[in-house]
Amino acid sequence: MSYIPADTLKKEAENLVKEIDFSSLKPKDRLKIPMQEMPAQEPKARAKNIQEVAIGYYEEQVKLEAERCLQCKNAPCVKGCPVAIDIPGFIKAAAEGDYQKSVNIIKKSSMLPAICGRVCPQETQCMAECTVGKSLKDMDKSVAIGRIERFVADWERAKGKMSIPEIAPATGKKVGIVGSGPAGLTAAADVRKSGHEVVLFEAFHKLGGVMIYGIPEFRLPKEILDKEIENLLSMGVRIKKNFLVGRTRKVKDLIEKDGFDALFIGTGAGLPNFMNIEGENLVGVSSANEFLTRANLMKAYNPDKADTPIFTGKRTAVIGGGNVAMDAARMALRVGAEEVYVIYRRTEKEMPARREEIVHAREEGIIFSFLSSPVRILGDETGKVKGIECLKYELGEPDDSGRRKPVAVKGSEFILEMDSVIMALGNSSNPLISQTAPEIGVNKWGNITVDEDGKTSMDRVYAGGDIVLGAATVILAMGEGRRAAAAINKLLAEE
Amino acid sequence: MSKILDKKLLSRDVVQMKLLAPEIALERRAGQFIIIQVDSDFSERIPLTIADADAEKGSITIIFQIVGKSTLKLAQKNVGDHVENLLGPLGKPTHIEKVGTVVCVGGGIGVAPLHPIAQAMKKAGNRVITIIGARNKELLILEDEMRAIADELIVCTDDGSYGRKCLVTEPLREICEKGGVDLAVAIGPAIMMKFCAETTRPFGVKTYASLNTIMVDGTGMCGGCRVTVGGETKFVCVDGPEFDAHLVDFDNMMLRLRSYKPQEQDANHACRLQAAIDELRR
Ligand SMILES: Cc1cc2nc3c(=O)[nH]c(=O)nc-3n(C[C@H](O)[C@H](O)[C@H](O)COP(=O)(O)OP(=O)(O)OC[C@H]3O[C@@H](n4cnc5c(N)ncnc54)[C@H](O)[C@@H]3O)c2cc1C
Ligand SMILES: Cc1cc2nc3c(=O)[nH]c(=O)nc-3n(C[C@H](O)[C@H](O)[C@H](O)COP(=O)(O)OP(=O)(O)OC[C@H]3O[C@@H](n4cnc5c(N)ncnc54)[C@H](O)[C@@H]3O)c2cc1C
Ligand code: SF4
Ligand code: FES
Repeated sequence: MSYIPADTLKKEAENLVKEIDFSSLKPKDRLKIPMQEMPAQEPKARAKNIQEVAIGYYEEQVKLEAERCLQCKNAPCVKGCPVAIDIPGFIKAAAEGDYQKSVNIIKKSSMLPAICGRVCPQETQCMAECTVGKSLKDMDKSVAIGRIERFVADWERAKGKMSIPEIAPATGKKVGIVGSGPAGLTAAADVRKSGHEVVLFEAFHKLGGVMIYGIPEFRLPKEILDKEIENLLSMGVRIKKNFLVGRTRKVKDLIEKDGFDALFIGTGAGLPNFMNIEGENLVGVSSANEFLTRANLMKAYNPDKADTPIFTGKRTAVIGGGNVAMDAARMALRVGAEEVYVIYRRTEKEMPARREEIVHAREEGIIFSFLSSPVRILGDETGKVKGIECLKYELGEPDDSGRRKPVAVKGSEFILEMDSVIMALGNSSNPLISQTAPEIGVNKWGNITVDEDGKTSMDRVYAGGDIVLGAATVILAMGEGRRAAAAINKLLAEE
Repeated sequence: MSKILDKKLLSRDVVQMKLLAPEIALERRAGQFIIIQVDSDFSERIPLTIADADAEKGSITIIFQIVGKSTLKLAQKNVGDHVENLLGPLGKPTHIEKVGTVVCVGGGIGVAPLHPIAQAMKKAGNRVITIIGARNKELLILEDEMRAIADELIVCTDDGSYGRKCLVTEPLREICEKGGVDLAVAIGPAIMMKFCAETTRPFGVKTYASLNTIMVDGTGMCGGCRVTVGGETKFVCVDGPEFDAHLVDFDNMMLRLRSYKPQEQDANHACRLQAAIDELRR
């Protein structure tokens, strides 16, 4: 993958569509159609603006990409999808130009297609199983399932009318959903469809969970998120923002005093991890959550209007190698840093971030320091960050996760001058619910434990998403919300 | 949306506001706070202690000092206006029990958060001695309210314009020397809390401090409010805001409070702030 200007991609696709006779394509011919790259903003320009990096496919590209699909009978891609979207089905409709049909097929399994099309780690899910990628011996050349998904979802939104799911007659039962991330939103929609009254509680003043406060505008525009959420809630879900369950009201009181027949807890993994190294509490060190929340939710990327301040150091180090680290690093560039380093203790191959994000980050000028890890952060006499001392690492034997374990190289200390450091080491589960509702059992990492239905140890209380899985993905959180909603619907139907 | 029911200027730059917030009024306990945001799109989220509440009327009272852009924005709102977002009650409530004699020490705006704690301590059957201090007489707040609660009230000002001319630590030391103090609670500027802790330490008097670190979410998600307590990193919004003052690393806390100083100063030239405050007083 390397940067190709959008108009070049457009022209190539236009010409190709004219050349190919789509009426008589054999699988061999389909494999010959080149994979359509995602048009994107020019790297230097986008590194200084907040607009979405990926522009989205042109119609001709959708046609070509959709025609690459072999319509496999056994559809291995579907097995790779956590919510089992009928992938060949929606791709076929897209190839035929029936975008409404295409998006309707997706919506049977996923409520948030414009979001999933943008942020799902397709290369490790559906695309990892795709026959096309396997035949071409390059998984990067699998059918770009997510890009087609994104196109049809965007097409429907641009049309202005999004279809709303049908709702069963009122049952008189009331269900509370705690947290408005992908898990909570999905659960809310599914429970509401069965005709129950639904109240959605959210601690923040905006809905969306990590999708609104964590994932940056340049990767997932808030307008799209808002529209997709709005559509979902137009089914008549009651929303209570600025409501922290556990503090504003205890879980027990919601059930015992406020008449909720069931609760779903989807509060996410919101507790930032730190390394506990020297200098971590210096001025200029923040967690990725703090940095990204200031930047996204509080719109600090717009310093003319936003009241919330943000660090705009010249040299920023981001510690970590996941999506969170990529987002923080690229956001740092956009809020004014001149040089941004990503410091990661393994190599690029082991990085958990999505490939596309790593490629985009590199194109934008992020500097990677692999096989190194900080040992302490250095401060000046006023307590501000002035540098970071790291150790070099080598890869040793594979560990439990199957990844080769990084081993420190003795005496390899080196110092990078920095004026801010962002810790993106992942998140653990927020302990607030379990602290204030001891009836709800948690494991040693603080994740809520549930049975195969998503039910917790407390009567009538279900949970799912990152609070159960640990930091995971949007689509997995949606799957969890869906599973718990089904169990809640069953419970209430039997009563 | 939360409606402003009442607004009053308590001193030169301290405002008292009553807001409609039935859910918070019902649940709140002494020591807890809210996060307030004037409007959703570009306003900052700022933490303020719940100084008082009326569960029946569904109202809460906040008392805040105008120190920068956001507190000024809030102060410029009037009765009948709304603030868009109010989250709370946040933080762990103060542990209130009958211990005997409690010395409550409040400095400057810290008297506001101290008030509900002194109230609860008294209600629990303690003998409550209160020391309140300010730079000068004009900046002193809640004297009458504190007098109504406390068994004994000592007022100090830095410049001697009212009460004793001294820092709050002086009467605190004298009281400790006399003995019979079972607990101290200190709330005010970080530097004041630090020296209160140093004052009570030699007497072995257990001391709580309510920490006012920088916060963003108030739910334990951002880590911005972290402090070192007894060598461990704690989050003030969920583990606090009260901690054993003898274990708090106040020096680091003061350092971190200055984190956004350059940006704040940029956002708010002192002179503009003063002009706006003068405008409010008219
Ligand atoms: C920076 C970043 C980038 C990411 N990038 C990707 C990506 O590209 N692709 C991908 O698939 N995944 C990505 N992830 C992971 C993904 O966002 C999460 O797995 C997913 O959002 C989890 O969903 P959830 O519904 O469980 O919780 P969350 O999205 O965390 O939502 C939980 C919500 O609950 C609210 N809440 C918490 N406690 C309470 C309470 N007590 N009362 C009321 N409300 C409460 C929170 O405010 C929050 O809004 C990323 C995560 C981060 C942090
Ligand atoms: C738990 C808690 C309870 C508090 N209770 C009260 C109270 O009852 N009355 C009162 O007057 N003040 C209280 N504060 C302090 C109050 O939050 C700050 O004065 C306010 O946020 C300043 O905002 P500003 O934009 O007007 O000032 P700015 O110009 O932004 O900053 C001025 C100073 O305020 C502090 N500050 C800035 N942003 C924040 C923030 N987000 N959170 C905390 N401190 C910040 C910093 O020390 C800064 O130097 C409390 C703080 C905490 C953490
Ligand atoms: S595996 Fe690939 S080629 Fe086969 S149906 Fe799925 S997307 Fe199409
Ligand atoms: S304010 Fe964000 S963790 Fe405490």
